[in-house]
Amino acid sequence: MKSATLFRYYWRELRVQRKKIALTVAAIAWGTLSIVLLLAFGEGMKDQIDRARRGLGEDLIIVWGGQTSIPYKGLPRGRPVRLHPEDVDLLRERIPGIRRISGEYSRWGTPITYGTETVTRHMIGINPEYGEMRNWIAERGGRFIDLEDMRTKRRVVFLGPNLKQDLFGDREAVGEQIIVDGVPFTVIGIMKEKLQMGMYSGPDVDKAAIPASTMETLFAQRAWFGNLVYQPGEPERRKAVERELYRVLSGKYQFDPDDESALSIWDVIDSQKTMRTMMTGIQVFLGVVGGLTLLVAGVGVANIMYVTIKERTREIGIKMAIGAKPDNVMYQFLTEALIIAFVGGGIGLAASGVLVRILGGIEIENEGLQFLGKPTISWEIGVITVAILGAIGILAGIFPSRRAARINPAESLRYE
Amino acid sequence: MISMREVTKVYRTGRVDVEALRGVDIDIDGGDFVSIMGPSGSGKSTLMNIMGCLDVPSHGTYLLDGEEVQGLHHNRLAEIRNEKIGFVFQNFNLLPYATARENVEMPMVFLGMPAAERRRRSHELLNLVMLGDRMDHRPSELSGGEMQRVAIARSMANRPAIILADEPTGNLDSASGLEILNLFERLWKDGHTIIIITHDASIADRSRRIVHMKDGLISEDAPNHA
Repeated sequence: MKSATLFRYYWRELRVQRKKIALTVAAIAWGTLSIVLLLAFGEGMKDQIDRARRGLGEDLIIVWGGQTSIPYKGLPRGRPVRLHPEDVDLLRERIPGIRRISGEYSRWGTPITYGTETVTRHMIGINPEYGEMRNWIAERGGRFIDLEDMRTKRRVVFLGPNLKQDLFGDREAVGEQIIVDGVPFTVIGIMKEKLQMGMYSGPDVDKAAIPASTMETLFAQRAWFGNLVYQPGEPERRKAVERELYRVLSGKYQFDPDDESALSIWDVIDSQKTMRTMMTGIQVFLGVVGGLTLLVAGVGVANIMYVTIKERTREIGIKMAIGAKPDNVMYQFLTEALIIAFVGGGIGLAASGVLVRILGGIEIENEGLQFLGKPTISWEIGVITVAILGAIGILAGIFPSRRAARINPAESLRYE
Repeated sequence: MISMREVTKVYRTGRVDVEALRGVDIDIDGGDFVSIMGPSGSGKSTLMNIMGCLDVPSHGTYLLDGEEVQGLHHNRLAEIRNEKIGFVFQNFNLLPYATARENVEMPMVFLGMPAAERRRRSHELLNLVMLGDRMDHRPSELSGGEMQRVAIARSMANRPAIILADEPTGNLDSASGLEILNLFERLWKDGHTIIIITHDASIADRSRRIVHMKDGLISEDAPNHA
């Protein structure tokens, strides 16, 4: 009861200060907008980069042949180590820790013709498991290379979407015939569009894939068996699998199993972990920048509180004279500061919600900007913002309101 | 009602200590009508502040309505002001954004009185000071004399032990001033304890006892035989 009446009176006092308070509220709204937008962009970017890194594949290790650096069993150092197609089956048999594995033939600058359109692109020859590992997913109406294709060395080809666009434009491609390096092939599928972060021979969307067995039969002279791609069954135990890999291949190729440079390994899982950490770092940075903006607005709140308390000193003195406790006075002003903070914050949040929706609707063509993703306001962002607003309200309010509580009614009442 | 012994107040201004009160002894019984007179600098304002629990003495004891108040915490002092003191100021000191009725009710709100009872009492008090028809006016819509009457009604809200008036007619014309003094006399006849601080002898003459102050001490304390 008491609080309701007092609150009505405080509300009237606040309304008198409308203009000044409005400016402060606007400043808080602006600061809130800044921090929420920055965090939202950070979140959107993180999500997008997550998607992009999956474009390369999930939980991958890529192995190239290297060069020995340690003499072994009478053989000198400096010997090149070259991988071979049969290594795929060898490793699959001997290392149970490997879940999927594929070899990769590479042929740069392959001429590919459809009708009158000829382009030169990177062509790879792979095992069927490659598709799942490296996220070469077929669009509806097509399929990826399968075991039957491998067994029968079929002349079938799977195209990246950019390559398909270059050859066919918007026409249907699945089922059509194209000439690959002079040999007719049938298109069996087109890759789903994807963002790709991390690559080792150019973007996948520009490539063509044929079965490894077909590559071997038709183009062995002009193709290079460059690397293996595998997925460990348990990513946490991948270092142990790596050592196994060295052991098995060192037996076959005669190099010291501890000779690290004998093979060249890209632990994509490691890189992706690093990328995540970096993204979190960027998010924190954006949050701090936004937070600082909001803090500046908070200083504005403290300032306005000091000013209004100075102007209302006489009223505070009157209330104290008729019985308001210093504690009551302190809580009143603390509450006012919090109200300013939360009303401003609410406006800022609403505005940023609207902005995020508008900005999210804009389609971005530029490939670089695509990594920006779409700004997203997650509930964690909401909670963080509310917490910061509360902290600012309290911090901005506590010092002025304690000053108010310390007003000596005797002094403030005698003078006009 | 009031009993002060050797009350002293020292203010520190910069490096110099100012002794506003230098050992005041005074007793005021319930139902008395006292004026405290003195020139500027005599300490009468300081005495009023201490009497009204707006300030605490540096030394000495102050017994108000049976309770020793000199060493109390400021939250408790606020409660005592609320329950036992009614203030009337020279510049009225009404809350500008509240109506006359709300002003009178404010001390009752701080006391925790329920709304219905507050309403009843504020009506009663405003009628007593003959402002029954101006209850919902804001101070800006009232004349000086009317504002002071609202202040007096407010001062009586919680049935205080004493009513302390500091130059109550200082900002009023002679006609309104006279009305106010008549009102105080009526309240005194109803049994209230009234203490008026003034520098004006003609106002002090309306009271029943005059206390003179000089240089921080009481120089004279006698019944008024006017």
